Amino acid sequence: MPTNKSRPAVQFDDMDQQRHAGLLGMWVFLLTETLLFGGLFAGFAILRLQHGAVFAEATGHLNLPLAAINTALLLTSGLTMALAELAAGARLRRATLRWLLATIALGTLFLGIKGFEWYSEFQRQLVPVLNLPFHYSSELPAASGEQPVAAVAELFFNLYFIATGLHALHMLVGLGILAAMLWLAHRWRRPDRIDRQLRIAGLYWAFIDVVWIFIFTCFYLLRA
Amino acid sequence: MTRVVYSEGEDRHATPADYLSGGWSIRSWLLTVDHKRIAWLYAVSITLFFFFGSAAALLIRLELLTPAGDLLSAESYNRLFSLHGIVMVWFFLIPSIPATLGNFLLPMMVGARDMAFPKLNLLSWYIYTLGGIFTIVAVIAGGVDTGWTFYTPYSTLFSNSAVLAAAVGVFIVGFSSILTGLNFVVTTHTMRAPGMTWGRLPLFVWANYATALIMVLATPVLTVTLLLIGLERTLGIGIFDPALGGDPLLFQHLFWFYSHPAVYIMILPAMGVVSEIVACFSRNPIFGYTGMVLSIMAIALFGFIVWGHHMFVSGQSLYAGILFSFFTFLVAVPSAIKTLNWTATLFRGRISFDAPMIYALSFLELFTVGGLTGVFLAALALDVHLHDTYFVTAHFHYIMVGGAVTAYMGGLHFWWPKLTGRLYSRAWATTAALALLIGLNLTFYPQFLLGYAGMPRRYHSYPDEFSILQVLSTLGTGVLALGYLLPLIYLSWSLRRGEKAGPNPWDAKGLEWQTPSPPPVHNFRETPVVEEGPYAYQ
Repeated sequence: MPTNKSRPAVQFDDMDQQRHAGLLGMWVFLLTETLLFGGLFAGFAILRLQHGAVFAEATGHLNLPLAAINTALLLTSGLTMALAELAAGARLRRATLRWLLATIALGTLFLGIKGFEWYSEFQRQLVPVLNLPFHYSSELPAASGEQPVAAVAELFFNLYFIATGLHALHMLVGLGILAAMLWLAHRWRRPDRIDRQLRIAGLYWAFIDVVWIFIFTCFYLLRA
Repeated sequence: MTRVVYSEGEDRHATPADYLSGGWSIRSWLLTVDHKRIAWLYAVSITLFFFFGSAAALLIRLELLTPAGDLLSAESYNRLFSLHGIVMVWFFLIPSIPATLGNFLLPMMVGARDMAFPKLNLLSWYIYTLGGIFTIVAVIAGGVDTGWTFYTPYSTLFSNSAVLAAAVGVFIVGFSSILTGLNFVVTTHTMRAPGMTWGRLPLFVWANYATALIMVLATPVLTVTLLLIGLERTLGIGIFDPALGGDPLLFQHLFWFYSHPAVYIMILPAMGVVSEIVACFSRNPIFGYTGMVLSIMAIALFGFIVWGHHMFVSGQSLYAGILFSFFTFLVAVPSAIKTLNWTATLFRGRISFDAPMIYALSFLELFTVGGLTGVFLAALALDVHLHDTYFVTAHFHYIMVGGAVTAYMGGLHFWWPKLTGRLYSRAWATTAALALLIGLNLTFYPQFLLGYAGMPRRYHSYPDEFSILQVLSTLGTGVLALGYLLPLIYLSWSLRRGEKAGPNPWDAKGLEWQTPSPPPVHNFRETPVVEEGPYAYQ
């Protein structure tokens, strides 16, 4: 055994084992997260099948350009995060800090735009919770014997706010983790540990990206 | 050959201190990260909840002693069976074997010093406790009347009880099982001692590993479902509300996608316990180890594709019903393989009838009855007749109490000498085990007959002709109570007064028996090297 500067936690035999366990732990956690969002998307799929026409029209009431910009921002943040991981792997403190900062900036920008989008939907009276006024104009004929179009549109917006809200919550947690990593990288006490933790954080950040891709597809792009 | 790894600063000649020698201060328990102490935290908490849930069951059975609804109003009766279900499912059965015996034994059985994430392990107990507090708040606030399943619209439009508090409690406790599951999966994958190949893992580890996978994969679906219920009640969104185009049936699909696999969270660890006990007390290697492992994994897998059998009469499509019925029959195959293999393990063994073995053999009887009646219920046409009757109640109590609780008691008696370093009274333990077997059959067998005769679930009064069977069932509850109270007394007594057990009183072969009782803080003096399979009996 080489006299390594870093010693594993007491339950592990060596650093390799600890590294492997940490990464696997995050993968298993992401498995859980997949099923969490999976339940939501399954619900969306079923309701989308039941009310195809209304959901397709309601999609048109969302702001596609803003969401597209957000998608670009988030995907770019995935790139900067990967670069931060590479930099930490190469033990480059300044580069790690720079790419981490870029990731945090992109993530924050994403949340800002998302917040603006929600605010504009609130202004257009499209937030159907807590007895807020909900005004939805539709060109669809009201089918007899079914629920009114506005009620089903309400359902769509409910799902939209739950999905994007849950995603934004995950973004907030992710930004918190990245802020902590930024602080650790700033101090640069144990680069090997920063490298290990950054890879785990990177997995989580990538997962948030993937979830957004699904939200973007389901809620913004399915217009027919 | 032997690779020896000492932890930092440890004197390799000193006898390592056992895990209980760290003291009994509150701090030493509440801030511990030792998996063995956390197992005790769980054991104490789930025991409290168990007696809480049992008290509700006792009141239910007392009400049913007479045909008229005289002891409780229909309202309070609804609240009692809901409370009984919620507490027993989420605060006792789900964590029972994994969080106590599994927590204590899994690292030892794979030859590790602790779980991969000891702090997460402690966190999971705190989350469990927080969830428990919410549930107690719900009870104080007047209880829940939806049944443990929170079916919409009982839980959304038409409920005037503390549904939200209870749902939050269950929502929170879900994270504790996710963390336990995550820890088990990672520990099994990455922490195995040299030579501990997958083919040498004890079946208890395999069973808990499969359980952990289910916890990680199924629990989040319940989480998101309860989240939607909560938002529906607080913000007035209508995912499950037909007035808004929502779908109440969607709730049942999502709920059972978790709650059916949850049944296997309860029964798989029990099967693991029984495998260890049967091998040890018949002095035979487990018959068909590979078949047993494959069956465990098959049960975990099939568990995810059978949820629709709870909804045969809920209005799902006939084709869905046929498929779900078929898949449900499939579960019987690995279950039967396991039961037959345990029986084959007994064949030509030197069987000794110590208390753990009596529990294990009781499990075989009770699980067989519970499992076979499950096959009846999986049949589409028969289920129309039996759905929502006492037949269903009897069936799942045979599996959950007869299977999971009996195995938990068996495991507790089997590993008690390892957990505490003490032996308990053999005579009293035998008495308690027999009381459990007799009490269980007496309580729940009449319920099969009641259900077949048409007695529906969840009613606090019934026609006179059901009286004899109902009285028998209530009498059984008394015997059952004896089977639970006795161990509480003699096991507590043994903690201080019991004879010293020594490292391996049963002459068992598992890794956990190759270290002192109670085990040292980091389980083994040196990392063990494994050179043979787990059941090297004979």
